[in-house]
Amino acid sequence: MSPDFLIALILLSNFTLVATSRVNKAIQIAVIQGVLLGLIPLAMGLGRHPHILFMVAAAITVKGWLIPFLLRRAIKEVQIHREVDPYIGYTVSLMLCALGTGLSLILAHVLPLKGGTQVILLVPAALATLFTGFLMLVSRRKALTQVVGYLILENGIYLFGLLLVEDMPMLVETGILLDLFVGVFVMGIVINHIRTAFDSTDTRHLAELKD
Amino acid sequence: MRLYFLAILLVMGSGVPGLFLRRRGGDVAAALMGLGAVLGLTAAIRVLAGGPVATLVLPAAPLATAGLLTLDPIAACFAIPVFLLSACAASYGISYWDDHQENARTLRLVLGLLAGSLAFLVVSTHALPFLLGWEGMALSAFVLVMTEDRLPEARRAGWIYLVCTHTGTLALFGAFAILYSASGHWVLSGLPRGFAATSQGTMLFVLCLFGFGLKAGVMPLHLWLPSTHAAAPSHVSAMMSGVMIKMGILGLVRLLSWIPDPPFWWGAVLMGLGALSGILGVAFALGQHDLKRLLAYHSIENIGIILLGLGLGTLGKSTGHPVLQVLGFAGALLHVLNHSLFKGLLFLAAGSVVHAVGTRNLERMGGLGRRMPWTSAAFLTGSWAISGLPPLNGFVSEWFIYLGAFRALGFFRWPWSLVVLTALALIGALAMACFAKAYGAVFLGSPRTEAAGTAHESPRSMLVPMGILAAVCAIIGLAPMLVAPALDRAVATLGESAGGPQLSLLVNLPGLTILALLMVGVAWLLWRWLKPVEQGGTLPTWDCGYAASNPRMQYTASSFADGLVAGLDWVLWPRSLGGKVAGNFPVDRPFESHVPDPVLDRLADPVFRTLSLGASLLRFLQSGQLHIYLLYVLLTLLALLLWMVA
Repeated sequence: MSPDFLIALILLSNFTLVATSRVNKAIQIAVIQGVLLGLIPLAMGLGRHPHILFMVAAAITVKGWLIPFLLRRAIKEVQIHREVDPYIGYTVSLMLCALGTGLSLILAHVLPLKGGTQVILLVPAALATLFTGFLMLVSRRKALTQVVGYLILENGIYLFGLLLVEDMPMLVETGILLDLFVGVFVMGIVINHIRTAFDSTDTRHLAELKD
Repeated sequence: MRLYFLAILLVMGSGVPGLFLRRRGGDVAAALMGLGAVLGLTAAIRVLAGGPVATLVLPAAPLATAGLLTLDPIAACFAIPVFLLSACAASYGISYWDDHQENARTLRLVLGLLAGSLAFLVVSTHALPFLLGWEGMALSAFVLVMTEDRLPEARRAGWIYLVCTHTGTLALFGAFAILYSASGHWVLSGLPRGFAATSQGTMLFVLCLFGFGLKAGVMPLHLWLPSTHAAAPSHVSAMMSGVMIKMGILGLVRLLSWIPDPPFWWGAVLMGLGALSGILGVAFALGQHDLKRLLAYHSIENIGIILLGLGLGTLGKSTGHPVLQVLGFAGALLHVLNHSLFKGLLFLAAGSVVHAVGTRNLERMGGLGRRMPWTSAAFLTGSWAISGLPPLNGFVSEWFIYLGAFRALGFFRWPWSLVVLTALALIGALAMACFAKAYGAVFLGSPRTEAAGTAHESPRSMLVPMGILAAVCAIIGLAPMLVAPALDRAVATLGESAGGPQLSLLVNLPGLTILALLMVGVAWLLWRWLKPVEQGGTLPTWDCGYAASNPRMQYTASSFADGLVAGLDWVLWPRSLGGKVAGNFPVDRPFESHVPDPVLDRLADPVFRTLSLGASLLRFLQSGQLHIYLLYVLLTLLALLLWMVA
């Protein structure tokens, strides 16, 4: 399986994510994207390094099992309404996502990067995923969907890190996994606190904290 | 050095046992601080008496291998007031801020930290420990000022102080960076000849003057000083005024010791700033009603006197007149010690008064001399010394500077040292007027309020520290030859070469002692001869036979000083409200007058108010919406990417 194929799938998952209207489905797509990402190093032919194999396993476990497990439990516990509840409509989101992807294709072309990677789509996909994550963060109202947005953002950074994976794998990987864990952790706390303080997980309520 | 290090540790940890004790934490802290002070003073005096200069070297590479901490005569000169005053303040704090106060533990702990940082700072001869000590001092002082943080006044003072001290530290970072680029290492040591005249040297001087001047409270940079000293607990004010602001002077003294050939204008600038702070400091002190604010302005005045001495010494150094160097630097260094002694004494005495009466307002005191005889005597001693009158110590150091200025008249064609002479004379006279006002309003006459009428004398743990400080003031005043050799050693470190003339050859020190003893004798005889006839009971102050006098008929502090304040209104700009009486049968009219601070109230306050108004225009950016903030991040990211590409 060529890595470009996987990356194309990731790009597609970005679009699906932006267009989806159900929280559950958004989590599902994030899981699929995480697993696809985890497989990329293998598809790049790096499977011969045992530590990279280990990290693939770790990434797939965390992104494909641990995080969705935590998120689904949060849904159950906090009883979140299933609607995604966006600020920006789905169509507009889709268009913005497409705009971001186009922009990242152009940017990847002109950015002064170190050459030498065979995977042409890696950099644009990384940027596009980053933008999609941001789009989710900015345009979705619920704290849970924001966690998903944050995950997507991290996926983008992970993709970018794959550029360096052969040179300094450990550094990149552990950094990203740690970051991710902290992100979910913090967001979990935020979700819980918003709920106990305002009886809802709508992040709009945070504006009441403004000084 | 080992002794000194032990002293630092003892002093720094003096507040720790108190954290675990239910009661008597103050006693333990005072005992530890006292022990540390004895050790530290021993180490410092040994160096000043000619002992070897000790240096601590660490083998760790990033800290360089030479001279991390050095206990040289200059450090010892500054370490003496640090230890003496910390021990006195700790003992004073036992009853002044006793265990019943909710923040007594914090106060003791941080007081110990402040004293420890100061003791550490004075021996630092490397940029890193210097800045560590500097920040330790600045931050612990901030916590101490905020002791009474439920009062808005204390909070305001604390924040202003924090902003000022960090601005100063910023300047020091710059100064040390220049030093590094000039010498190639972070050890603070001598700079090559000729460096001072380069533009880098000028930058160094300006940055040091700003950073250290801000800490010392030199006149245009003194804005944090009065309110901080007024808001802090009195023994903390004593520490801050007596020791902490001297660290600015320490910095300048160190700078001058690194430079072998300071340009002429450095000395002139120091002298000009000295004259400015000296005269304006005492002038603004005259207009104050708040006892501790008044003392705080006097700190500015005394920093001015010290700068006059430093300026004179620097001019001597740059023009090659060792006589001026010795007299100027010795006067400045001795005044550093003297000021910490008598200002510490005055703040402690003022604290006793505030403790007894419950206010700092001079107009609500009066007649306390009868109820608090010891405090009154202590305050009188301090006032006598700060006014520069013989036979106390303030006279000795000012006399050195006077002599230096007189000598300078003969050395140069231009009689510029007249500036020093005029400034010193003016300062002395105004200081005396100001302390006549303060002492009279607080201790003489009859009580103006009920609280002043029922005041009580302070407990012994507060009186003994004052007694110690007063005794040292008297010893230096009566026997200046005791400190002269120590000053010679310090000046030799500071001046160009060790071959300068001895202080004892320039000043007739035994003459000073004889004069002082003579004055004490005459005073005692006068007191014996003029003693009033014995009579029973205590009588009110003589009121010229008026039958129905009441306390409101006395001179108030403001009316006493009004002649001078009105004469100086072109610099002081006093503000007064109300008080115009009209008609044949006038009704009661309120009247108040005060002298706002020229820099803080008239310059900094409006400027920062405008800035803050301008900044509030940007408030719309802070929507409180998480999404909007994330949008800012996204837009920044995009902008950066595009900027990189374009």
